[in-house]
Formats: sequence, C-alpha cells, structure tokens
Amino acid sequence: MNPQTITLLSFGHFDRGFLEKISEAVAQEFNCAVSIKEARLDLTGFFDPNRRQYNGDQLLKEVHSMSINTSKKTIGLFNVDLFIPILTYIFGQAQLGGPTAIASLYRLSNEKYGILPNDDQILERFKKEIIHELGHTFKLLHCYTTTCVMRSSTYVEDIEQKEAQFCPKCRNLLQSSL
Amino acid sequence: MEKKISILVVDDEDSVRDSLNLWFTEDGYRVECAENAKKALSILECGSFDIILTDLKMPGMDGLELLRRIRALNKDSIIIVMTAFASVDTAVKALKDGAFDYVTKPFDPDDLSHLIRNATKQISLTNENETLKKRVDSLENVEDLIGKSEAIKRVLKEIESVAPTNSSVIITGESGTGKELVARAIHANSLRKFYPMVSVHCGALTESLLESELFGHEKGAFTGALYNRKGRFEMADSGTIFLDEIATISQKMQVELLRVLETRSFMRVGGNKEISSDFRVICATNRDLKGMVEKGAFREDLYYRLNVMNIHVPPLRERVEDIPLLTDYFIKKYCLSMNKPNIAMESAALKRIMSYKFPGNIRELENMIERAIVVGNGKKISLKDLPFGKDVIDSSVESLDDFEKAFILQILNKYGWNISRTANALKVDRVTLYNKIKKYGLKS
Repeated sequence: MNPQTITLLSFGHFDRGFLEKISEAVAQEFNCAVSIKEARLDLTGFFDPNRRQYNGDQLLKEVHSMSINTSKKTIGLFNVDLFIPILTYIFGQAQLGGPTAIASLYRLSNEKYGILPNDDQILERFKKEIIHELGHTFKLLHCYTTTCVMRSSTYVEDIEQKEAQFCPKCRNLLQSSL
Repeated sequence: MEKKISILVVDDEDSVRDSLNLWFTEDGYRVECAENAKKALSILECGSFDIILTDLKMPGMDGLELLRRIRALNKDSIIIVMTAFASVDTAVKALKDGAFDYVTKPFDPDDLSHLIRNATKQISLTNENETLKKRVDSLENVEDLIGKSEAIKRVLKEIESVAPTNSSVIITGESGTGKELVARAIHANSLRKFYPMVSVHCGALTESLLESELFGHEKGAFTGALYNRKGRFEMADSGTIFLDEIATISQKMQVELLRVLETRSFMRVGGNKEISSDFRVICATNRDLKGMVEKGAFREDLYYRLNVMNIHVPPLRERVEDIPLLTDYFIKKYCLSMNKPNIAMESAALKRIMSYKFPGNIRELENMIERAIVVGNGKKISLKDLPFGKDVIDSSVESLDDFEKAFILQILNKYGWNISRTANALKVDRVTLYNKIKKYGLKS
C-alpha cells in the first residue's frame, strides 16, 4: 500500500454514497488510503460577478491553505462553475507535483448540454477528472494515449473517450514518483 | 529523444503567466515566462523559443513593438498575440507584422489547445521542410562521388572551388568514370541550384535533332514539328546546361554553339524571334579535346570558351583503394532495389575485383555488382558470381579503342546482332551503337 494518503475534501452538496464510490475508485487507482472530509467555505469572495463564475486559482490556494501536510494529497470537490483568468472555464486544476488540487462537477452534467440527465455518467466523469487532477499532484503530465485518464480533456465529450485508469506508461511514472 | 517544444509567455498579469505556465507544462512543453517585453527580449538574447505568446497591452513596450523587435532579431519563432481588447485594426497590424495568430483573452480551453496544436504542426512542417531540404542538398552534393583516394579528394576540392563561380567547365575522363555526377555536384553547389540542370547527350543525336533539341523549334519548322517546342538552352534559363560528349558535335553545331555562348541568345529552329537565356555551361568528354583542336577537328575559339575550368575525373584503375567502398555502395544499392537482404562479398572475389583494370570504369563495376547480386545465391558474392573468364574481355588489352571494339563485337554476337538488344545491354542508344559499328568497321 502506498504510504501517501489522499483526502477528498467536499465543499459541495455531495451525497455520501456518491463520494464513497469516488473514494473507492481513487483508492484503487492510487493504491493508497483515501479519506472523505466535509468542509464549509463561504464562496462569495471567490465569485467574479463579471464572469458569473468562481475563480479556480483562488479556490486552489484556499484549499491548499487548509491542507498544509505535504505527505497528503488533498483535492477540493466543488459544484460551481470554475474559471481561471486566461480560460473561459476549467473542470479542475492542480499544483503540479504539489499537495493540492480542485475539481468541479458543475460542467460535467448532461443537463448543461441539453441532454437527458444520467447519474452514472456524471459519476464516471467526476471520477476521471478527480483521478486526472490528483495525477498532476504526483507530477504526471498530459498523456497522448486516447484511453489514459491523464489525457487532456477540454470538453465533456473528451472525458467520455478516456477511462478512469492510467495507461501502463503513466502508471510506471506514478509508481516512480511515489 | 524528441526535443521539447519551447514556449515563452509574455504577460504583465501574474495570474495569466502562472495559468499558462501550468497549462503548457502539464501538456509537456518547456515554458518560460516574462512579465514585460524588455525581459522577454533579454531572455531571447540567450536563446530562442518555438512559440512566443505575448500580451498586446503591457506597460512600456507593447506586444506589437515586441513582435517587430523579435522579427528584427531574425528569430523565426511562431508569435501569437493575446489581448483582452480585440480590435480589427490591431489584429490586422499584428498579422501584417508576422504574427501567426491573434487571440482574445480569455480563451476557451479547446481553442487554446487547437491554437498550440496548429503552431506545433507549423513548427514540425518547417522542421520537416528543413530536414528534407538538407537531405536533398546532401544527396545532390557529393554523396554519390564515393571514395577516399587522393584522386577523388582532388576532384571534390575542385568541385568545391569551381561550383560557386559562373564559369564554364569541361569535365574530362574516360567513359564510366562519373563525369555527369561531377556536373550534378557542381550544379548542386552553385547559386543556380534552385533552378534546373538540363542534360543533353550530344553523341546520341544527329546534327538536325541536336539543333532542335538545343534551340527548340517552331510549329511547322520541319515535317513532324506539330507544336512549338522549347529547346534545352531555354529550359536551362537561370540554371545549368550539361552537354555530354561535346566532342561529337559537328563543325556546324560548333559554330552555332559558339554564337549562343557569346550572345546568350538564339532562335528556335524555324523561328524568327531572338530568345535570351541565362545559363551556365558544363561540358564533358572522354576524348582529348586539346588534341582535336590541334588536328582541326574542334574549334579552338569554342574550346577556350568552354574550357575556363577543367576537372579531370581519374579512371578507376588509378584509384584502386576506392573499389571496396564503391563495391559496398553498389551492393547496398542493388540489394535495396531488388528487395534483398544486404549481402557481403567474399575476400577472394574482392581481391579479384581489385586486380582488374576496369576499362569501363565505375559503370562496369556497377554492372558487375548488379549481375553478381542477380545470379548469386543471396548470401555472399563469391568469385563464381563474377563474370571474369566468361564474358568479360581480358584487361590486358593495351588500347581502350581495341577493348571497346572487342567488347562491342562480343555483345553484338551474344545478341545475334540485334541492335536494340545490344544497345540496351551496353546501356547506350542505338545511334551511338551504329556510330561505333561504323567507327570500328564491325561486320556480322
């Protein structure tokens, strides 16, 4: 078992069962203990009224300040529309090789794209995005293997193409960075 | 290992620099950032970047000025201008000044990915183009002139010194020594290398055909001239014309050629319009042109006009040490073309080849190797795969003419005096073969 531990820090209104399913997938992929924690945060200060979105850079810093133990990786889970100044939106972001990441469910639901809701699809997409961002905290870069979870996804259909798993090359890199 | 694409991000906003730095690093690029144009220029003084993403509005020097400065530095980076305040005017200015693209902040993540993907595609196309150009250049240069002997080194040195000039060159040497390769190397290393090199085998054409071939003809100039046709001098405009077997041209053609060389203009056969062409002349001959001048068989004035520079290509027997390299080269060449695995040559066979005089020079060696690969067992070339003692004439014959006469007779007999098949086997055209038969008085 990997000595690292991963914390899923929930800031959204996520169902406990939903988070546990994610936790299982993360634990299996990183082969380490995964804990689920709930946190409260007033998001008003992170809201940009011009863009009507939440600033991902600032949220990442906030989550980082809440989890300074570097032997752990923490990912803040949100359900708000995230942006960074240079990009119109993001699904999540991470400190490359650092301890912290964030991911949001907001743009992963079918309803945002005028398609019928599908809970299983949302769960799968969120799992992939969380494993992807956590992968960056283990120094993994984007991968060009179509099915690898580290493949860059700039829109939701991209996420559908990949699996919630590392390709053998990324898995080897992950092992060596542990 | 593949070189990482490098990106320089120039923006006065920390958050933009940090976000793009992270985004590109995660994508596997090498990234550096500068907070203003001045810093960017100082970074660029120390090295170059494949892609530069610069903000348009920055305190001090703006993105457009930076773009102009980078272009003035002759850096061939792909420059992308970013702005939060897009206007058609600035976009047009940026693109006119050499920007690859002009984008509005913030970007859609997918647009950013596409933008960088297009830029990297452009870089790889440019690199591929450069590589291909270098490959073509080196192939055209002297790669085919194989050897390490002093004799071939001297030839290479002469090519190097004569190529960049515009002077006429006569290449002398026995048949099969590679005179045309020398001509190609001169052209490929000259300033005319991006224009055509047009070859004319003067010995293969009758006087009237040669005239039409060199100067072109107008429709109806003679029976069968159904269309206007450009001549070789016209086709060689800005390039090089290579006149092989120059010693075989008639007295009348010598006069015509001299006039063209003096005026650089001519008229098509049957035409009345003077055509100008800027060409360089390279000639080749296996005969003693100087001797022909003394005997009055070749015009002295033409000889001196052509013979500004002379390169003599030595016969193979004078550079025996090059035979193993040439043998190896031809083995590889023919194994590749016949889709056979590369094979070696037994030392006894190589020893026999090295003791042979090769009156047909490299062409003869090449044919010998090709034949050995065809008839051999596909594992090693042995002595029995070589034609010694069978259909190759003993190299002890003293005169080249004697050898040629005997050799042609032998091949003619082999093919039952079928002119086409014999010419094909000798790799000459039928006219040349007829001329040789006439010259040596050969009879069936």
